[in-house]
Amino acid sequence: MIITIASGKGGTGKTTVATNLAVSISSSIDNTPVWVLDCDVEEPNCHLFLKPEIYTSEAVGVPVPKVDKEKCTACGKCGQFCEYSAIVALKTVPITFPELCHGCGGCSLICPEGAISETKRRVGMLEKGQSGDIGFVHGRLRVGEAMSPPLIRAVKKFVFKKGLTLIDAPPGTSCPVIEAIKGSDFVILVTEPTPFGLNDLTLAVDMVKQLNIPFGVLINRADIGDNRVSEYCQAEGIPILLQIPDNRKIAEAYSRGMMIVDVVPGLRETFMDLYFRIKKMCGQQHNEEA
Amino acid sequence: MKVVLTSSGESLDSPLDPRFGRAQKFILFDTDNNEHQVVDNSQNLNAAQGAGIQAAQNVSRLNAEYVITGHCGPKAFRTLQAAGIKVIVGVEGTVAEVIEKFKAGKLTPTEASDVEGHWI
Repeated sequence: MIITIASGKGGTGKTTVATNLAVSISSSIDNTPVWVLDCDVEEPNCHLFLKPEIYTSEAVGVPVPKVDKEKCTACGKCGQFCEYSAIVALKTVPITFPELCHGCGGCSLICPEGAISETKRRVGMLEKGQSGDIGFVHGRLRVGEAMSPPLIRAVKKFVFKKGLTLIDAPPGTSCPVIEAIKGSDFVILVTEPTPFGLNDLTLAVDMVKQLNIPFGVLINRADIGDNRVSEYCQAEGIPILLQIPDNRKIAEAYSRGMMIVDVVPGLRETFMDLYFRIKKMCGQQHNEEA
Repeated sequence: MKVVLTSSGESLDSPLDPRFGRAQKFILFDTDNNEHQVVDNSQNLNAAQGAGIQAAQNVSRLNAEYVITGHCGPKAFRTLQAAGIKVIVGVEGTVAEVIEKFKAGKLTPTEASDVEGHWI
């Protein structure tokens, strides 16, 4: 089973939910292997809380075109084909803009002279490790790099179908978020009960509905702000999965890189219960193998 | 000699558009016979990315020797340079005024782009 933790607005508590849910389940259910995939590759932070021991690290690249000037006849077909202006054909040998290339490989297929081959452009690092019983994978996007989906795809290759995979998605509703979410069995949308939280939640809800994935809302710091998030969820028939109160102890634990389930009594059981309810909503019984 | 000017409208009295890739219109002006032609740029105006590069490709098809605009970023500049087109930046005024300045030899081409590229 794959559960993705996403949000419209950043800073609402995605990582807190992902890591504490992982720890709660892995420490309490013996037959469910848990993997955490941190797909927020622009600023991954699950490792700050899970403190995994990293045992492999590899570079991830995207294919970009390389033009053989000897073979090129400057016919211009590659430039006409490219939607992203990553290869431009003027009256001469084409020039390339690797930072714009989405790596589709179309230019090399369309070149009648076979003059275009592919070379790799590094977009980031993939690291794999272990935190207690929790398997851990994350991507670290190269500083200055704008194209994160290829790295997110590389992280998602480690989705573990037999156990539980928790994906920490980037905030927002753009391509990287969709890349992180797609293929999930359930999405937890984390929000805060503020006008900003509500605005971005509605955008995230529209996105998840388009992807046709079951979802529910988790309201973090539930006693700040106003009631409009709850009212919105009720009006739209969206289940409110859990409300986490605005608790100073939680903020202190978070700021020290600690698990909030270790400082708030009963919270571990609350997260376990959340997991069982999500399984039920996905049509699975909690006594079955996931 | 043909020059391309970025224009915010279709007449020579229109103010020069300071943007290159996302200019409203291009005006192709021929200094040999003082004739001009308006070229649409709406496709690039709404492009998700690579507007400057596409605009540079379009300009190269017009066989212009110069581009006169407000600002030109690194990717558009590199493409124009590859096409052998000289770029004049930092120009303001109406298209007609700029053409007069150009004819009088008061405008000199830039050696490099004058603004940062966009994030992608």
